[in-house]
Amino acid sequence: MSEHEYQPKSKVGKWFNDRLPLLSLASHLTDYPTPKNLNYWWTFGGILTFCLVTQIITGIVLAMHYVAHADLAFSSVEHIMRDVNYGWLIRYIHSNGASMFFLAVYIHIFRSLFYGSYKSPREVIWIIGILIYLLMMAAAFMGYVLPWGQMSFWGATVITNLFSAIPLVGESITTWLWGAYSVDNPTLNRFFSLHYLIPFLILGLVVLHIWALHVPGNNNPVGIDIKKPSKDTVPFHPYITIKDLFALLMFMIIFSGFVFFAPNVLGHSDNYIPANPMVTPAHIVPEWYLLPFYAILRSVPDKLGGVILMFSAIFILLILPWLDTSKVRSSVFRPIYRQFFWILVIDVLLLGYMGAMPAEGIYLLLTRVGTIYYFLHFLVVLPVVGYLEKTDPLPVSISDPIMTGGANVSFAKRNDKNI
Amino acid sequence: MPEKKEKTTRRDFLYTASFTVGAVGLGATIWPFIDQMNPDKSVQALATTEVDISNIEPGKSITVLWRGKPVFLKRRTQDEIAEARAVSLEELKDPQKDEDRVKDGKDEWLVMLGVCTHLGCVPLADKGDYKGWFCPCHGSHYDVSGRIRKGPAPVNMEIPKYEFVDNNTIKIG
Repeated sequence: MSEHEYQPKSKVGKWFNDRLPLLSLASHLTDYPTPKNLNYWWTFGGILTFCLVTQIITGIVLAMHYVAHADLAFSSVEHIMRDVNYGWLIRYIHSNGASMFFLAVYIHIFRSLFYGSYKSPREVIWIIGILIYLLMMAAAFMGYVLPWGQMSFWGATVITNLFSAIPLVGESITTWLWGAYSVDNPTLNRFFSLHYLIPFLILGLVVLHIWALHVPGNNNPVGIDIKKPSKDTVPFHPYITIKDLFALLMFMIIFSGFVFFAPNVLGHSDNYIPANPMVTPAHIVPEWYLLPFYAILRSVPDKLGGVILMFSAIFILLILPWLDTSKVRSSVFRPIYRQFFWILVIDVLLLGYMGAMPAEGIYLLLTRVGTIYYFLHFLVVLPVVGYLEKTDPLPVSISDPIMTGGANVSFAKRNDKNI
Repeated sequence: MPEKKEKTTRRDFLYTASFTVGAVGLGATIWPFIDQMNPDKSVQALATTEVDISNIEPGKSITVLWRGKPVFLKRRTQDEIAEARAVSLEELKDPQKDEDRVKDGKDEWLVMLGVCTHLGCVPLADKGDYKGWFCPCHGSHYDVSGRIRKGPAPVNMEIPKYEFVDNNTIKIG
């Protein structure tokens, strides 16, 4: 929290604030000094908050009409689509909202990777973020099971069977997860319960995520430490609120595009077939946002090995702040790492594409190359480049590179007069 | 601060315009989330009930379910009709003629929502001080026309929309 001592003006406000300092909190949030050079990649925190709230609101509404029973779940979803007033809209917002949520979180994570936002002193923010991401995947997976279509059922079967790879106790664990001897009604019931719980866990972690952010303050595109408040910062409100709002509106245009014009394009048509424990769909794929990890799972010709590698691909992110040895945060000043960053982006996209393709021939080979590179990036490239790289000179302050030197002098001066 | 009369600026226009668009958009977004709690199409589809009345003897009544609520269908005797019509309107808490509570030429049929207008309990038939209905919850007495006579209920029991499809069938709703 910032140092300034806020005092409400009114007597009642002061009385209340002495007992519960909500007004101090509001004042802290509005005045919160924010680096003035944040670009639009920094607007995804606000967008993600919007996504979470949207998912919670639409989810609560859907739970008013949904029936979590193996015999009724599928038709209750169709009931929502056909009978409930605006049910189609609310369900499509929820299902596409999950995709939008992941789209935003991936941009948010890669923003962090590019500008070194995970580095000291922001390691805890990063770790909480990865935990949020893990919970998001759990919530998305269980939510996908609820309509009880073919993809729901077989997705649930495949994912829960991952745990059967654990030696000795694997079978007992899967049976325990199912509450039956296969994915069945008890499984659906508990998934519904947990699917309702997880978003509120995420909400709690988001509060911690933001709290942890407000201790050191935002990183920024230049990646240097700044004095707060100073001429390098602007108050959060109105400068960042209005910028976040504008970015959010742009995001909502894309979101609405999916909801109104292509609501099923990100889903799989097989999920409009009721779950049938006797027949597996010919081609079973997870939702797009899980594909890179699915590809890593399939790249290993060993059940346990694949599962371990897949979970490692996520958990390796938790120790990322200690794998990166560079003293410089922002890739803007890291000419070598910057190139590896983009190779990683391409690698993850490639893995995602491979996850949707059949696991055979050239696809399998490319998947394996992609998987090896993914781990090489974190385990070899990051530590080694951090040591060897000759970074570009850092500016003294945010204002510095704009106010003096370089080709932008005339531009900066012209702007100066208008301020 | 000395206030001068300011000209409306471009910025004022932009503020007003964007807040208006924002407010309309927000309202349009909120409405589906409110409307989803209204009766859905599958509930509306059950909004009419057809009842066969050919087996009801004079003086007897049946209760059917319509929109999740009981509807009393009573075939009244001539005595009961006469009694209901003999009551002067001044005696009534919610003055209404018996003729206005039945269909013309179908005087013997009283079709009425069997829900006490006090707090929604179902009154008992042939009970109470007025030989009509008596609500056990808080002691409201209704007469043979279903009009409130004594007790806390404010108004007469409601007559739903209904019609005679033919002599033996009533369609409620």
